[in-house]
Amino acid sequence: MKHERAMERRQFLKGTLGVASLVALAGCDNLTQSSWFPSILNKAEKLTERVQRAVTPPNALAKEYGDADISKVFPSNGNTDPGTEDYAANVAKNFSEWTVEVGGLVQTPMSWSLAALKELPSRTQITRHDCVEGWSAIGKWTGVPLGDLMRKVQPLPNAKFAVFHCADVDEEGVPYYERMALVDCYHPQTIMAYELNGTPLDIPHGAPIRLRFERQLGYKQAKYVVMIELVETLSGIAGGKGGYWEDDQGYEWYAGI
Amino acid sequence: MKTESGEMRGITTILDHKFDTTGVLGYSDGRGRAFPAWATIPSAKVLAMGRQWHLFFAWLLVINGLFFTAYALISRHATRDLAPTSKDLRGIGKVVKDHIVLRHPTGEEAKRYNVLQKLAYVVILFVVAPLIILMGLTMSPPIDTAFPWLLTIFGGRQAARTIHFIACFTFVGFIVVHAVEVILTGYFNNIRSMVTGWFVVKPEHEGASHEA
Repeated sequence: MKHERAMERRQFLKGTLGVASLVALAGCDNLTQSSWFPSILNKAEKLTERVQRAVTPPNALAKEYGDADISKVFPSNGNTDPGTEDYAANVAKNFSEWTVEVGGLVQTPMSWSLAALKELPSRTQITRHDCVEGWSAIGKWTGVPLGDLMRKVQPLPNAKFAVFHCADVDEEGVPYYERMALVDCYHPQTIMAYELNGTPLDIPHGAPIRLRFERQLGYKQAKYVVMIELVETLSGIAGGKGGYWEDDQGYEWYAGI
Repeated sequence: MKTESGEMRGITTILDHKFDTTGVLGYSDGRGRAFPAWATIPSAKVLAMGRQWHLFFAWLLVINGLFFTAYALISRHATRDLAPTSKDLRGIGKVVKDHIVLRHPTGEEAKRYNVLQKLAYVVILFVVAPLIILMGLTMSPPIDTAFPWLLTIFGGRQAARTIHFIACFTFVGFIVVHAVEVILTGYFNNIRSMVTGWFVVKPEHEGASHEA
């Protein structure tokens, strides 16, 4: 009798555990939708940033490839045309009136026309673009090192981040922006690019000027840049998470993996 | 892809061979998606949330793995219990046969890992797990700048993706076989021994009747 009862209990427990493991996967959706669980998952981002910054020398260069490695097709993603009247007017004028303003927490706010930027010393690099979706493509970018611009405007000591304001808006009219740590602005491969594979940027790839920040994922590479604003904190701009994709989708601000 | 009749089908191409995998790979639940909803977290196709789960639990795997490896080496668990001895390897034929007919060791024999177990554990712990982590890191742009040799030895970011997936499915295969064996060889006894180290060996005659 005692043995039989033990058997029953065993069967019951076995059944319960079996069901529990199935429910566990479905339960993941409930956790995802809860208010507290994603904020725990988020903690991984800070750890990733700390560890990656600790093991990566500040000036270590992303691998540069040869001309033979350039991808035949370099996909464009996100907004492929800002589609605003303002932008269309600039396209009609071949971007002759396009300016990039650098301001915020700087000693001397400055503004450059596209032509003036092209006269500054440039850097050309053949690098791999890594999309968050998994694909990569290799392209040859030419542009002005962002560090050179920073040295001209001289950031104030309390400036911690650079915000890139862009000319494109999504279907709901939300403007695109991105933000990077000021320290990354000085990386030798961080450039404001105006050429891809030897020709001026086309509209899908961010004409007339875009950010190339080779040590992070593609969604950080702001296109159609009109203004770079230096700020102290991550909050206070749009959704406060440091970028359009970060606000809209919940992508990590530190796009290191 | 869309067929001539306008119906959506999921097609998986492996080395130029096309397989119709509608409902599982490529197309399921009425939309184009790589894996079906029941197999993904979250079930909806949300890349950002999927990444958050992935990268959080990746850290858990890394931290846990570091502690386990340190413990296994210091306590000599790795050399004492996991590394197969030459005697183990010589007896591999019999163990394979026993596994095929689901005949499991009893008595004292059941207290030690058998040679297939040892090989599986060693491969998973010291080959597949490190590989899956290294492949993940090879897909990281900053890690590639810090350790460019990762790209050189593994053949680039997309090769790393492929190996990451193969290692992942090896892991899943291991877990399925492992869980089945745990259930077949006495669920509660095994779970209790994993948690508390207390493993009960049944008297020989009962074990024998079990096998019949």
